[in-house]
Amino acid sequence: MFAEFLQYLLSGITVGAIYALAGLGFAIIYNSSHVINFAQGEFIMIGGMATSSLVAAGLPMWAAVLLAVLITMLVGVALEYFAVKPARNADVVTIIIITIGASIFLRGMAQIIWDKESHSLPAFSGETPIHLMGATIVPQSLWVIGVSFLAILVLGWFFNRTLFGKAMLATAYNRLAAQLMGIRVKRVLTASFGMSAILGAIGGIVVTPITYTNYEAGVMLGLKGFSAAVLGGLGNGMGAVVGGLIVGVAESLGAGYISSAYKDAIAFVIILFVLFFMPSGLFGKRGTERV
Amino acid sequence: MKMMRAAGMALAVAFAAAMANPVRAADDIKIGSFVSSTGVMGFMGDAEKKVLETYVASINAKGGVLGRKIDLVIYDDGSQADKAASLAKRLIESDNVDIIIGGTGTPTSMAVIPEVQRAEIPFISLGGGVSITDPVKKWVFKTPHTDRMCAEKVFLDMKKRGISKIAMLSENLGFGKSGHEQSLEAAPKYGIQVIADETYSPKDADVTAQLTKIRATPGVQALFVFGTGSGPAVVSKNIRQLGFTIPIYQSHGVASKDFLKLVGNAADGMRLPADGLVVAVQLPDSDPQKPVVMGLTKVYEDTYHADVSTFGGHAYDGLMIAIDAIKRAGGTDKAKVRDEIEKTKGYVGTAGVVNMSPTDHLGLTLDAFHMLDIKNGDWVLND
Repeated sequence: MFAEFLQYLLSGITVGAIYALAGLGFAIIYNSSHVINFAQGEFIMIGGMATSSLVAAGLPMWAAVLLAVLITMLVGVALEYFAVKPARNADVVTIIIITIGASIFLRGMAQIIWDKESHSLPAFSGETPIHLMGATIVPQSLWVIGVSFLAILVLGWFFNRTLFGKAMLATAYNRLAAQLMGIRVKRVLTASFGMSAILGAIGGIVVTPITYTNYEAGVMLGLKGFSAAVLGGLGNGMGAVVGGLIVGVAESLGAGYISSAYKDAIAFVIILFVLFFMPSGLFGKRGTERV
Repeated sequence: MKMMRAAGMALAVAFAAAMANPVRAADDIKIGSFVSSTGVMGFMGDAEKKVLETYVASINAKGGVLGRKIDLVIYDDGSQADKAASLAKRLIESDNVDIIIGGTGTPTSMAVIPEVQRAEIPFISLGGGVSITDPVKKWVFKTPHTDRMCAEKVFLDMKKRGISKIAMLSENLGFGKSGHEQSLEAAPKYGIQVIADETYSPKDADVTAQLTKIRATPGVQALFVFGTGSGPAVVSKNIRQLGFTIPIYQSHGVASKDFLKLVGNAADGMRLPADGLVVAVQLPDSDPQKPVVMGLTKVYEDTYHADVSTFGGHAYDGLMIAIDAIKRAGGTDKAKVRDEIEKTKGYVGTAGVVNMSPTDHLGLTLDAFHMLDIKNGDWVLND
């Protein structure tokens, strides 16, 4: 009995860590503009697809990863420059709708540039499962968890300890005041899209050995990542990770003890329940105080 | 001057019209087709379109059928049933086609059935579902085996190994959902009891929770996975992670080279039913299907430098059955062609040997499927 429970927990953590990593990507753009970037899932997809096609083309893994991250960053910056910047005087909702359009565009482009098939990447440290009191976890899951926590640390340091990070928060809080203080707000927004894309690409590369990737893989990862981010409190790194783990473990326990047919529903019920009592998410308050 | 200009304009317009709508000889055989070359079924429809185009071109190069050229009109339905229905209407009413071959999926095929029945035009579907030809519809035929046949073939193999209590893990929509329903219906006939029944979503990142539940169910002798795309690859990896020791069966939905590329060695030891096209090279030379499947494989790989898929095979069969029927009917009279399709006997195609009858518009038996084992990341013929 315990071994099963532990296995449910471990698969929940595996899935949860993937959602968390996807959810973290929403934080940067949200923190700098209060825009929720619905093309975040596509950054994840581009990272995974680019790496897998570059590896297939014969590049060594490290070079493929670097190049894929660079490509994704350029896509992020281009998205900001060509789609978001022209609408900079529009309100936040308009920009959010633009990002939805951009996500559809990027999916279409991926379909043309690559193909409609699923692609894979070799696992970073082999596929031999690690046994733990009768349950198992694959080493790649530990990579996902490790990268998520590293990302929280880097994001925390960036937003609290660096001038540029603080400038980003200031821009989100009051654009005009930030500009008067000498912050180049245009550059802040461009940088936030570039950084989000980098984080998305890294996430995509780390999760691809587990989930595979294809041109529409970003839809699921973006949606689940967004749920994780909302549950934990938008813009808060720790929140996204805790939110992701809660959603993942809830799905896994739901599938194990109730029915796999209701597993997605169970996760969404929990999210609705939490948001009903804590509208800004589990860690949301702290996030706004910080600003 | 003005006159000249007007005449020039008229000429230009006429020329443009001719370009847009290449002149069709009155006696061309008009084959209409709608496939899903984009959308969720894009990877299937794309292969079908390529096969149809390649073979129509090569038949025309060899002088056509009955001395008449084939004129192929092909549309993309974007994997949407409503679009398929309006395209079928367009094929019938404005393109005046003689026969329709198409419908990549079951939903797109089902959507056009009322239209072709009303217009009384022969329709050869490329969709997998049983419901397309069962019950029999006068003008509707199909070439791919059904999910029902896949389930029966698997259950037959289980029975041979003395397995009676199984677990099922199936995709919760589309292909897997229909396969799941058909499996549950077919199981009692073979003395198979499904004692654990779980589902997964094609986009799930991990299904170890469902698999753990299956493993904890006492008495499970084998696991039958019903799905297509990347889902079964995730499932296979998770099965290896958990160290299952019972026999694992997959459906024909994974019988593609792409699945093997994706899954690596994680699916080794699993067994599945598939048509001869998948293992063309491994078929014994005595197999009547051998020359057919080797021929298609070679043509496709030479033209597109990609592996031919089962779906391309379905389109090939549809086209050949139609052409044979047109030849026997001595023309394109719709009623005569329909009657001749129904009389198709002993046609050796990529899906198997087709013997149609007024009560069977598919004409395949369980023998059409071969059982394959996966070994070292490749197919090995098992029967």
